[in-house]
Amino acid sequence: MTDAAYNFAYLDEATKRMIRRALLKGLAIPGYQVPFASREMPMPYGWGTGGVQVTAACLTPGDTLKVIDQGADDTTNAVSIRKFFERTAGVATTERTAGASVIQTRHRIPEKPLTEGQILVYQVPIPEPLRFLEPRESETRRMHALEEYGLMHVKLYEDVARHGAIATSYAYPVRVEGRYVMDPSPIPKFDNPKLSGMAAIQLFGAGREQRVYALPPYSRVVSLDFEDHPFEPTKADHDCDLCGASASYLDEVITDDAGGRMFVCSDTDYCAGRRAAGQRGRLAPEGEA
Amino acid sequence: MYVATKGGERAIDAAHQWLAEERRGSPSVPELSIAQIREQMTLAVNRVMAEGSLYDPDLAALAIKQARGDLIEAIFLIRAYRTTLPRFGASAPVETGGMAITRRISATFKDAPGGQVLGPTFDYTHRLLDFKLMAEGAAQEAARKPADPEPAPHILSLLDRDGLMEPLAATDDTPRDLTREPLELPADRPLRLQALARGDEGFLLSLAYSTQRGYGRTHAFVGELRIGTCAVEMEIPELGFAVEIGEIELTECETVNQFTGSKTEPPQFTRGYGLVMGQSERKAISMSLVDRALRWEELGEENTGAPAQDTEFVLYHADNIQATGFLEHIKLPHYVDFQSELELIRKLRREAAGVQMREAAE
Amino acid sequence: MAAPAALAGGFARPAEDAARAFRACLEAMARPGRIEQIRGAEPPAPLSVAAGSVLLTLVDDTTPLFLAPSHDRPEIREWIAFHCAAPLVPAEDAAVALGSWEALHPAGRFRTGTPDYPDRSATLIVEMPALTPPNARLTGPGIETAHEARLPEIAAFQENRVGFPLGFDCYFTSGSGLAALPRSTHVEAL
Repeated sequence: MTDAAYNFAYLDEATKRMIRRALLKGLAIPGYQVPFASREMPMPYGWGTGGVQVTAACLTPGDTLKVIDQGADDTTNAVSIRKFFERTAGVATTERTAGASVIQTRHRIPEKPLTEGQILVYQVPIPEPLRFLEPRESETRRMHALEEYGLMHVKLYEDVARHGAIATSYAYPVRVEGRYVMDPSPIPKFDNPKLSGMAAIQLFGAGREQRVYALPPYSRVVSLDFEDHPFEPTKADHDCDLCGASASYLDEVITDDAGGRMFVCSDTDYCAGRRAAGQRGRLAPEGEA
Repeated sequence: MYVATKGGERAIDAAHQWLAEERRGSPSVPELSIAQIREQMTLAVNRVMAEGSLYDPDLAALAIKQARGDLIEAIFLIRAYRTTLPRFGASAPVETGGMAITRRISATFKDAPGGQVLGPTFDYTHRLLDFKLMAEGAAQEAARKPADPEPAPHILSLLDRDGLMEPLAATDDTPRDLTREPLELPADRPLRLQALARGDEGFLLSLAYSTQRGYGRTHAFVGELRIGTCAVEMEIPELGFAVEIGEIELTECETVNQFTGSKTEPPQFTRGYGLVMGQSERKAISMSLVDRALRWEELGEENTGAPAQDTEFVLYHADNIQATGFLEHIKLPHYVDFQSELELIRKLRREAAGVQMREAAE
Repeated sequence: MAAPAALAGGFARPAEDAARAFRACLEAMARPGRIEQIRGAEPPAPLSVAAGSVLLTLVDDTTPLFLAPSHDRPEIREWIAFHCAAPLVPAEDAAVALGSWEALHPAGRFRTGTPDYPDRSATLIVEMPALTPPNARLTGPGIETAHEARLPEIAAFQENRVGFPLGFDCYFTSGSGLAALPRSTHVEAL
């Protein structure tokens, strides 16, 4: 049931209209960060307030919402945000990627390809990909306006000179439709290829930094690289020890103090789905289907 | 055997129950009432109202109780509540010259029309723990005198009359609203003052202190510090005039700063301004020093690279609710990104080891 | 006082109806040229259900609105004043503009944003006799390969694309049908 003390999806209608207008401009200018008057939310800045405001602006009573953090539905902050919308919007929720119409995520893109009719909402801490190279907003805004991305290439090139490889493993910068350089939020670079050509709408919300941005379906999204040092999505060189998946992103879990460890899918729904279908990994418990 | 952690929801519920128990403390001690906090923790209530940007002593007291005395947490509760409130309109500018004064001091003149009023200040208390307060006891009643009928004009207006102060142009422009529009730079003075008024007291204090020690020095004198209550009036379009809708306590500080001048303009003193809800004089003085430091450009001063001169730096980092949220979010799980870093560092080390092996073999 | 007709025709359940209408706006803008259904508003003629619903969803006292001559009528003004409270402004100052394509012409006068803030640009709500048959081939973000759509003309939208990332964005409305054309879309005549 919805909490009657609050408007549907918590935000007042004027705030939702403001966010909605910003989202539409974001879709019209893929990868461009649209300023919006982010509100104080009942959870702290840095804990998904941008994503929550975007989700609140998008939800309809008929939606089914999935919330993940680190790929998992049962991490505490995912649970907390899911409860918030159960309470304030009364929407149905699910842990099944395929059964969700809106998915709010922190740090992962689900393994199962998303489809038309789905919306993926990212929580973004620092939306500005150039921020760690240039702390001033006044400067970075100008750099985007002039399409002046040399600084980013210099940074990546310095990585290559020092380490022999690009030393960015998450929040790996991308170029959208040949124009804006964009921060894909702190997803592992393993997920970067999924950004491009996705059938679902991708929306990004940064509450504290007061920015939203968007990728329309099927947008061309390219991870920045060099010809002689091409972008490389990486993951742990193992199969999932629970479901045996060889192509999903893995969490490394330390199991004892003698160096014992196992690797399991970060996407808990994907892993559970495979196990339910009879797939088994090296350490799957006995008796599981 | 590893089992994917389940039960985040149960853990959260249990944590909330535990928190509620801790908040209450020992049941053998009587519970604090909101009225007690409002009346006896006034300065905490004032800070929560000022930085929460909502003048409501009862709600501020409630927030302090709920936050177990963590003032930033209390400010956060007030901010989150404030955002959901419908807006019926904007008040007319408050006339601080007509303040019913409880405290008024000037460091620049020995006396002035309206007089110096020390008021309820810690200033000349000796900071000795008063063990009498450990036992509950009524305070001695303070001596009283009738209210001074003499008006207390702003002290800087007296200098103004002699043309010694930089002139301020009055304007009816509606300032931008920081809570309704994203912060955009360059920020004009009304917007800067708005951000400073709800900024973190500790942050402003340190910045102001840094200007005194030479990082953007402005040679400030407290021209006037006044605390008291002001009427809040609102224009009612249907009536065609303003009606008083209540009164609020304010602390206002005006500093007199080093003068500037040029070939065309004679030397004049400049000013810094601080205005804070409630009795919050440390904050008001800090605000006026930071305001003055941020005005370097319009006053034709040199940018010495001092933190307090850097508008973008000050405005983007003054808000404690933004700061605390982002700081504390690193408690949240980041193991997906950390895993990606692990893979990368292992790969780089493997490659580096490979290079060394080859070099050794050659 | 607004006439009683102006008071009617808003969203029956404002939060829920606006949410559904926005999703149609979102899907339309995300997938240029694809026709969505949008309902909820019952505005005075000649305003379509779709255009009225877009107005109720996106426009309020913070969005200056230009009413092109085709739609600048007292009943529409009153309806908008009551339901949206949008200030009416000249075309050059508008965040949102409403009218038939002919009445909105010339499109070059609408705000296209600035290099620093390309989002500060107009959204045009173009009332159309029909959203079919297609006369244009669309490619670009939001479109997997190519999509066919009905546009009121071709050249103006090709010109709008040249200025990317500056430009205006359009909604096309007819009955309860809604389609969109953001500035990012490449347009060719069929």
